[in-house]
Amino acid sequence: MEKYAVYVPRLVKKQENFAPGHRACIGCGEALAVRMAFKALGNNVIVANATGCMEIVASQLPFSTWQLPWIHTLFENPAAVASGIEAAYKAMRRKGVELPENTKVVAIGGDGATSDIGLQAISGALERGHDFTYICFDNEAYMNTGIQRSSATPFGAVTTTSPAGKKSFGQFSWKKNMPEIAAAHNIPYVATATHGYPFDLMAKVRKAVDTPGPAYVHILSVCPTGWRSPADTINRQSRLAVQTGMFPLYEVENGVYKMSIDLPRLRPITDYLKGQGRFRHLSDDVIAQIQKRVKLEYQKLLEKAKYGSKTTKRKSRARTK
Amino acid sequence: MVTRVGIEVSIALADAVKLANPDVVAAYPITPQTHIVEHLAELVANGELDAEYIPVESEHSAMSACLGSAAAGARTFTATASQGLALMNEVVYVAAPMRLPIVMAVANRALSAPLSIWCDHSDMMSVRDTGWIQIIAENGQQCVDNIICAFRIAEDRRVLLPVMVHLDGFNLTHVIEPIIFPEQEKVDKFLPRNRFPLPLNPDKPVAMGDFAPPVIFTETKWAHEVAIRNSQKVVHEIWNEYHTAFGRQYHPVEKYHSDSAKVLIMTMGAVGETASVAIDEMRAEGMDIGQIRLRLWRPFPFKELREAAKDADILIVMDRSISYGGPGGPVASEVKSAFYSQAKKPKIVSYVISLGGRDTTVSDFKGIVKKSIEIAEKGSRNEYEIYGVRE
Repeated sequence: MEKYAVYVPRLVKKQENFAPGHRACIGCGEALAVRMAFKALGNNVIVANATGCMEIVASQLPFSTWQLPWIHTLFENPAAVASGIEAAYKAMRRKGVELPENTKVVAIGGDGATSDIGLQAISGALERGHDFTYICFDNEAYMNTGIQRSSATPFGAVTTTSPAGKKSFGQFSWKKNMPEIAAAHNIPYVATATHGYPFDLMAKVRKAVDTPGPAYVHILSVCPTGWRSPADTINRQSRLAVQTGMFPLYEVENGVYKMSIDLPRLRPITDYLKGQGRFRHLSDDVIAQIQKRVKLEYQKLLEKAKYGSKTTKRKSRARTK
Repeated sequence: MVTRVGIEVSIALADAVKLANPDVVAAYPITPQTHIVEHLAELVANGELDAEYIPVESEHSAMSACLGSAAAGARTFTATASQGLALMNEVVYVAAPMRLPIVMAVANRALSAPLSIWCDHSDMMSVRDTGWIQIIAENGQQCVDNIICAFRIAEDRRVLLPVMVHLDGFNLTHVIEPIIFPEQEKVDKFLPRNRFPLPLNPDKPVAMGDFAPPVIFTETKWAHEVAIRNSQKVVHEIWNEYHTAFGRQYHPVEKYHSDSAKVLIMTMGAVGETASVAIDEMRAEGMDIGQIRLRLWRPFPFKELREAAKDADILIVMDRSISYGGPGGPVASEVKSAFYSQAKKPKIVSYVISLGGRDTTVSDFKGIVKKSIEIAEKGSRNEYEIYGVRE
């Protein structure tokens, strides 16, 4: 966040690596997030893409939106593909093959590709310690196939496979905590971001890629089509997700948690829920249940960050001595 | 001077991979492939092979990592078997139309259920239509030679397709055989560095694996088909070149006393050597019998097969898997379709043998031949026969 906040316009690159002309929906938060992330990453990047919205809208033979070397193979395997690319570059460099220096490998996927079908491949690649970054663009359901629930869909949200009815209030399970799962692999860098805080997003993606070893960035990306929200409110929704505590922004660097934004107090979650058709049916009981859970989770996170700030303080004190 | 080394075939195969100097090996252990990848891991750990060994968490990721590695321009190897091949099936299908020159050894093993770790060809048949070039080895020497040829074939600019080398699980992987290893310098000459034409490289960005709308999908499939059909010529060429360099010759259809023999047995894989012993004994008894062995499963060598069996009256095709509720033996069904259009053709008898590691001995082969001649003369109501089954 730090330097971007001051020198914003001059620091953002003009070049689009995710060029215009793709076929994403109007107001697609994911396309916006992808655009920002790859603006921040520059040209020396190889992208492995999971099947999903971003693959479908950006590649159709014989066209491509990508200005970077880009490969799509399957839904659940970009982390494994990325590990193959990383290993290939490592071996070929060692054997004297001429390759550009310091090339970064980035795997990207949606929430379904990440927290459901590709979880095993991601876990494997993180555990093996490849020098790559995995970015999850989380729009909280299988939007590409028509808004079906995933394990990243929030509690209570309506999707086509978690519909509300006489015996259902929508999504019956709590959102899978993918960043925590990534952090549990003891990798050097994990972060959450969202396009409503673009400079935070860009800084985190850059940091992830510059960190040697595996890194994971989880980016909440508003999907007006699937969330049943107006296309011109995506950044407002994105910021409300952060300000209500529904999607806290934080980093985990070498196991140390750090909150990205100081929120003196959380806004009520109704501020976030009321703008989206997918939550419209929720009763006050369910909303109260969600509110309770969000506060609890946020508190847990603050506790972890408190420990984190203690350790950093301790470290700096040690240095001054 | 040529020296033969007594060595387990899996180890020999891994040593052949080492001779080919791959950049990346990504593999997941599965019986009976384990000794191959264990030895490769050891070679990398000892610094004898300068490669990245990726110990992936599943076969799906093994082949996925191979896609990434090959797309980046690295020489890439993996090995699997049975359930592993079934798990990676989705990815196996992707490798060929993306024209990624990966080499994979498959230690053939039966597919579950019931679970069996022993050899048959049901795993091989599950990937028949994946568009890979598929070579079948019959003994350890052929594994070694064909692994080296496989890299050369896969990476040839005129081919650019992945290649599978099949070897029978246990019957080959776990036996000790005398092997002649080619010299490293000669292999280096035969197999120069992989020069993949358009690798993933930030200096020259390419997009790989775009999606294809109906207006272009058929053309991509046809391009793949043309590539694999045209590859056969290159396979022959490379086998000939290998013969010149190393003295061992391979053909898509290998013949054994088959010229002008009236009865032919056709085999695929290690059972072929047992069948050869049976052929020797039957010929000594005065029978006019020969053998043909299929070395190249895809692209299917129609011309060579027709040529090899043109004078035969009876062709007995041995399969090690079943196409359930269908024609029975998948190989026999290919062979039948190869001869259907021919004016003169042998009577084709389809036999399913050796499922899930059951032995077919020399005397079994003799029994099969006797029964097949009866079937060919009198006919049978069965689409195919299954040998030695207790009903």
